[in-house]
Amino acid sequence: MKFGILVNEGPYQHQASDSAYQFTKSALDKGHEIHRVFFYHDGVHNGSRLTTPPQDDRHITKRWTALAEEHDLDLVVCIAAAQRRGIVDADEMKRHGKDANNIAPGFHISGLGQLIEAGIEADRLVTFGD
Amino acid sequence: MEDEEYTGGVVKKFAYVNRRAPYGSIYALEALEVVLVGAAFDQDVSVVFMDDGVYQLKKGQDTSGVGMKNFSPAYRALEMYDVEKLYVEKESLQARGLTEEQLIVPVEVLSRDEIGELMEQQDVIFSF
Repeated sequence: MKFGILVNEGPYQHQASDSAYQFTKSALDKGHEIHRVFFYHDGVHNGSRLTTPPQDDRHITKRWTALAEEHDLDLVVCIAAAQRRGIVDADEMKRHGKDANNIAPGFHISGLGQLIEAGIEADRLVTFGD
Repeated sequence: MEDEEYTGGVVKKFAYVNRRAPYGSIYALEALEVVLVGAAFDQDVSVVFMDDGVYQLKKGQDTSGVGMKNFSPAYRALEMYDVEKLYVEKESLQARGLTEEQLIVPVEVLSRDEIGELMEQQDVIFSF
């Protein structure tokens, strides 16, 4: 089965990102396909390169980066939600005259159209939120 | 807003379900943004308002006291994007003492059971 994954909450604040990760990992282990993981609302914060969670617990962002690298996943952060919340890549930094960028490796910023496309292309779109 | 054109040819039934009141959280506004971008993809779209989501459509919103932009006029733009199937749950309206006449756009009022039947027909459901 081909899945689209939607993550609507930020790391640690809600279980959503953890659940999405565990589901995605299990689906891949069972041989399913993950078309895209789309991060919306506060979910965009999963794509911040600057987090320093306590070392004795899971590093949510790095875990996504590692999974994406292992399985060639498409991790997309919504541009509108990212702008609103300050998740910035090199292009956005230039475009909006910011003095820094903070997007984590493996994540990239794109439009809401990518979410709709995932809904169209996947057999199931699974949402993880609050 | 992006300028996208979907040429894939697949048409699925998309339902956007709104369950939260506007302004108290971002979900109402950002859900609307998904609907508006999604309109360019020529899918079979229904937008459902239930629970506190019915408040999103209430007439006469005055947000001056909270310093937020009143985005309710955007619901009237949905028609121009060919998003015309707007459903409001009857029980949600009643529980909140609201009537259809108090809403800013024409909607179809459905019972909870009918909303359930509508959801069963959908291919993709977004719940905000």
